Amino acid sequence: MAQNDIERLIQLLARLPGMGPRSARRAALHLIKKREGLMLPLGTAIQRAADNIRTCSNCGNLDTSDPCDICDDPKRDASIICVVEEVGDLWALERSGAFKGRYHVVGGTLSALDGRGPEQLNIGSLRGRVEDSAVTEIILALGATVDGQTTGHYIAESLTGSNVKISRLAHGVPVGGELDYLDDGTLTAALQARRPAG
Amino acid sequence: MIEWSDDGIVLSARPHGETAAIIHVLTPERGRHAGLVQGGQGRKARALYQPGNRLLVNWSGRLADHLGTFKCELETSHAARLLDDPKRLSALSSAAAICERALPEREPHPACYHGFLALLGALEGDHWAEVYVRWELGLLADLGFGLDLSQCAAGGDNDQLAYVSPRTARAVSLAAGEPYREKLLPLPPFLLGRGTGGADEVGQGLRLSGYFLERSIFHLQDRPLPPARERLAALFPLAPPAGESV
Repeated sequence: MAQNDIERLIQLLARLPGMGPRSARRAALHLIKKREGLMLPLGTAIQRAADNIRTCSNCGNLDTSDPCDICDDPKRDASIICVVEEVGDLWALERSGAFKGRYHVVGGTLSALDGRGPEQLNIGSLRGRVEDSAVTEIILALGATVDGQTTGHYIAESLTGSNVKISRLAHGVPVGGELDYLDDGTLTAALQARRPAG
Repeated sequence: MIEWSDDGIVLSARPHGETAAIIHVLTPERGRHAGLVQGGQGRKARALYQPGNRLLVNWSGRLADHLGTFKCELETSHAARLLDDPKRLSALSSAAAICERALPEREPHPACYHGFLALLGALEGDHWAEVYVRWELGLLADLGFGLDLSQCAAGGDNDQLAYVSPRTARAVSLAAGEPYREKLLPLPPFLLGRGTGGADEVGQGLRLSGYFLERSIFHLQDRPLPPARERLAALFPLAPPAGESV
């Protein structure tokens, strides 16, 4: 491997999230030392992923097939759609194993300043999905931020009259959280979203 | 090292690199001020830097004209209280976006700060939308583009003010303005201290203040009104003129 190839590898690795030039050098050295066991399989995996991964035309998820495995799975509840900001949020919900319906990835949030409007987000196709299929509930699983909730309200408003139940995730005390350590905003949201005990 | 502490209302927070954020806050003494927050994209920090939150900010920089860094502590979490209400949240978002775009950086505007603070309090009350319109007109006045609603610009009856001239930003009476009705902007009575407002009057008020914000401030920057402001106006559609079927 020529020196400039190593430099190029380090430069590219340094662009990854969580990596700087120093950690990129360590990763590059590690890959070079484990050429057969790690570097070549990693290269092949990256090449295959680049060739095969596409965005699901139905929900916006990333997968090697279109429609994605989740949209194509007959065991999943097609009557509930969970709306998330990014694919990373979809993965988080899948990790929890708590949701067995389908998803819709809007691809970000409406922005107050930067001109990211509804046209830049994958919202129009959600309306199409609600009209075309037997959807009975939309769960808005968007971030508890001003932009996230503004997007949620916009989606709820745009689905008015579509005869589906629209719900959103609760905001409040996390599992394992102690009130003493919670920020004021979370405590306020938790108090506002209180529900009958028992 | 230069350092100062002040109250501040968060106007915006943008990611900077992988973990930091650049935030803009509105302070009473130093106006709109930007600064870097190390770890500003962290899980806990993100809750702090939501638009509308009131913070105690400590800014430090090697030179006064450097971007500098902020260290902040939460004073009041206004954003969290409004997350569930689409219209109030939209007003908060719009007010923060307008301040961020309209106010010059590092120029003290204490009236804007105290007005914004009063608006944040009012957003949890009943007549928040009327207060919001008044806040926008107050901001225009503070920036030197105030409307004159004290008397009729065309010499008409001052007790019957019903329009605002888009050219002079002065009120016009019902009789004097009637021939030019199509060209004039309706003046909602609540801005004259008459009546209690309502969605229709708020819609008129937003159209009025939006017109002058666009003409006097954003047009000069070659920008449209912030998208958040457009979305707020869309939540208060104007009623069709009397006698016209929908």
